Amino acid sequence: MSNKIKHHLTDDLLMAYAAGGLPEAFDLMVATHLSLCDHCRARAESFEAVGGCVLQDQDDSVSLSDGSLAATMALIANGAPIAKPARPGCSVLPAPLQDYVGGDVNAIQWRAIGMGVKQAILPTTREATARLLFIPAGAAVPDHSHNGMELTMVLQGAFSDEVDHFARGDVEIADEDLHHTPTADISEDCICLAVTDAPLKFNKLMPRLFQPFLRI
Amino acid sequence: MFTEIDTASLDEPVADGPLAKTWHAKERVRGRPVNEANGSCNTKTEWVEHVTRIRDAQDQAAFAELFQYFAPRIKAFLMKSGSDAAMSEECAQEVMATLWHKAHLFDPSRATVATWVFTIARNKRIDVLRKQRRPEPEDLGWGPEAEPEQLDVISLQQETAQLRNALSALPQAQRELIEKAYFGDLSHREIASQTGLPLGTIKSRIRLALDRLRHAMN
Repeated sequence: MSNKIKHHLTDDLLMAYAAGGLPEAFDLMVATHLSLCDHCRARAESFEAVGGCVLQDQDDSVSLSDGSLAATMALIANGAPIAKPARPGCSVLPAPLQDYVGGDVNAIQWRAIGMGVKQAILPTTREATARLLFIPAGAAVPDHSHNGMELTMVLQGAFSDEVDHFARGDVEIADEDLHHTPTADISEDCICLAVTDAPLKFNKLMPRLFQPFLRI
Repeated sequence: MFTEIDTASLDEPVADGPLAKTWHAKERVRGRPVNEANGSCNTKTEWVEHVTRIRDAQDQAAFAELFQYFAPRIKAFLMKSGSDAAMSEECAQEVMATLWHKAHLFDPSRATVATWVFTIARNKRIDVLRKQRRPEPEDLGWGPEAEPEQLDVISLQQETAQLRNALSALPQAQRELIEKAYFGDLSHREIASQTGLPLGTIKSRIRLALDRLRHAMN
């Protein structure tokens, strides 16, 4: 299912996800990409295997209090088997995104941010921001650069910029050095998940004035 | 510790440190074939059989052995992540209770028991210490038809044992950085230089297991 994905996540992001060291918005990006990409899922699970080795081979020991096993057996007796969450099959939004949106694309609460572009900010911790972006077919997001790291993954349609062409499941990783103008393919409206650990910098005056309002 | 790891054979995955030594005698379940399917006693998949016994028979003896091995390690792991001793022990108990309640979801062709325990402990740390949600990928298909082949299970367990040996053979400075990343002492930006881990074979093996699950779904 992931054969067509050309742009993958980096080892350091997958390792940080496996180690549990990412801000929540980045966790959401990684979980969404892994839902579509078996190549990266296998890489992420192999980084989890490293975690298993680290857990086993700690070189100092701690002891448990008396009665710890009995306390755990009591927890077990009071609990119940944990079922897999019943999640809908993948449509436009993979399951981890649906958990944040409360449904598929029809449930997204869009806000217009100009020139037909819309966004929906998702509820995560504030260290980093996750938002869905809607770019009308053929439209462009204004030329901008980034203060920090920005990941953009296509969920529907496709876009092109100075770097390459990006389709469903592809992730573009942008940092301070990239100035780009993503333009949606003419064939279909483009929906992306974008995650950033710092506000974007727009290169034209007007969009910059709006940034505090838009949280982009 | 390094010398102990260097001399440990793959057939003794639990004889790896002072903590394990204490309970070594208890960890072998004598007189009970571990792999009942083929009648041989394959210690490479020993913990896997414990989880199967919990899943199929709510086997408290098997759980007690898993608890003795893993609960102190989970507690130590959480303490290194910045939690105090009392909180870490409480969380370790909850992690072990989760293991019991999720025994039916464990896939030994994709992870060792240690890897699986690590992921449960990691999620507990994110939940309790960082107080944030943990988005997880969409589940792959699951069901009786996807029961893994024993050969796949043994291969994955062996390759993880090899990964573990390779990690223990890394230069100490690199090893310490990797441990720091997993104990939560490095931010994601600081992790950038920590790649180059020997993951090639295990990655392919996990990929095969994912392909098998996808195939079973279709």
